[in-house]
Amino acid sequence: MDKTWNNKAWFLVLPVLVLVAFTAVIPLMTVVNYSVQDTFGNNVFTWAGTEWFEELLSSSRFWEAMVRNLIFSFIILAIEVPLGIFIALNMPKKGWGVPVCLVLMSLPLLIPWNVVGTIWQVFGRNDIGLLGYYLNAIGIDYNYVQDPFDAWVTIIVMDVWHWTSLVVLLCYAGLVSIPDAFYQAAKIDGASRWAVFRYIQLPKMQRVLLIAVLLRFMDSFMIYTEPFVVTGGGPGNSTTFLSIDLVKTALGQFDLGPAAAMSLVYFLIILLLSWVFYTVMTNYDAER
Amino acid sequence: MNLDFSWMAWTWPTAAFFIVIALLLCGMGVWEYASPGGNPRVGVLRFETTRGDRLFLSLLGSAFIHLAWLGLVGPNLWWALALSVVYAIGVFRYV
Repeated sequence: MDKTWNNKAWFLVLPVLVLVAFTAVIPLMTVVNYSVQDTFGNNVFTWAGTEWFEELLSSSRFWEAMVRNLIFSFIILAIEVPLGIFIALNMPKKGWGVPVCLVLMSLPLLIPWNVVGTIWQVFGRNDIGLLGYYLNAIGIDYNYVQDPFDAWVTIIVMDVWHWTSLVVLLCYAGLVSIPDAFYQAAKIDGASRWAVFRYIQLPKMQRVLLIAVLLRFMDSFMIYTEPFVVTGGGPGNSTTFLSIDLVKTALGQFDLGPAAAMSLVYFLIILLLSWVFYTVMTNYDAER
Repeated sequence: MNLDFSWMAWTWPTAAFFIVIALLLCGMGVWEYASPGGNPRVGVLRFETTRGDRLFLSLLGSAFIHLAWLGLVGPNLWWALALSVVYAIGVFRYV
């Protein structure tokens, strides 16, 4: 059957193209322009060539922030994915417990990032914070303002508290979509709990798990608000991630050239990782 | 209405860069018009790619080649550009 061609449909796409141009293309072009120039304000720019990129690539501050970002993302995935699966497996599948658990799981996701940061900033304080005060009261020397290890633990626990629910909800959605016939067949075969998980539940969750890993990796790699509110990147630079470093350079020091160069490198890394995840996901779909 | 775009800080080299990207995209559009379907195939990466994917891989790889050259060799990027062209030809031929 011949297809009907109607090129007027392109006009319907035009608003989106204009919106994308104003929100993405023009800012990106500006960042590229800034990355090869220097400015002291007043729209006066001087050519700097590749100087900011050279400076960035030889900067230990940049690479340290990058390593911190990667370590953070790795820890987050290592905790949130298994924990999310564990909680989803143990959530009720029927009865009044289902809506209760779903609402409880959704609550952290509904709280804005800066509020989460503020909650944990107060919660961890030694003087008035419930967590900080009682940890010190039972003899654990906890001070996230002065100790880098404590700062990392606080940020990781905060992120786990905030985002594990997402993994739980995705896994739960995967689990409830498994037909009962699979479990009945496993029961007839005398399959163990582990065998049911390994050969029925895990394969059925694979698709949503991939999405969960993708979302959590991208989010944790771009994390800004929560650690900025809790630790401000400190103590020292111990919790300064790429995004915090970028904002410090751009808005704190008003070094638009170096900040633009850093933005572009950060953007390229995110683009590469997104492509890898996207390719893995689409090929997994194609194989299925 | 007087539109002032001086805040975008345009320079000839960056304008040339974006013009080349725009020309590449137009060229891909013409190619698609002449030979519709995107020429999907499975190459050395063992998954299906269209010519749009291959352009994306070429541009992304070229960006990293330039950054690596800048960080490891020096600011003279002509060799990095030559290497990127060879890389892009390789991507379009084998990926």
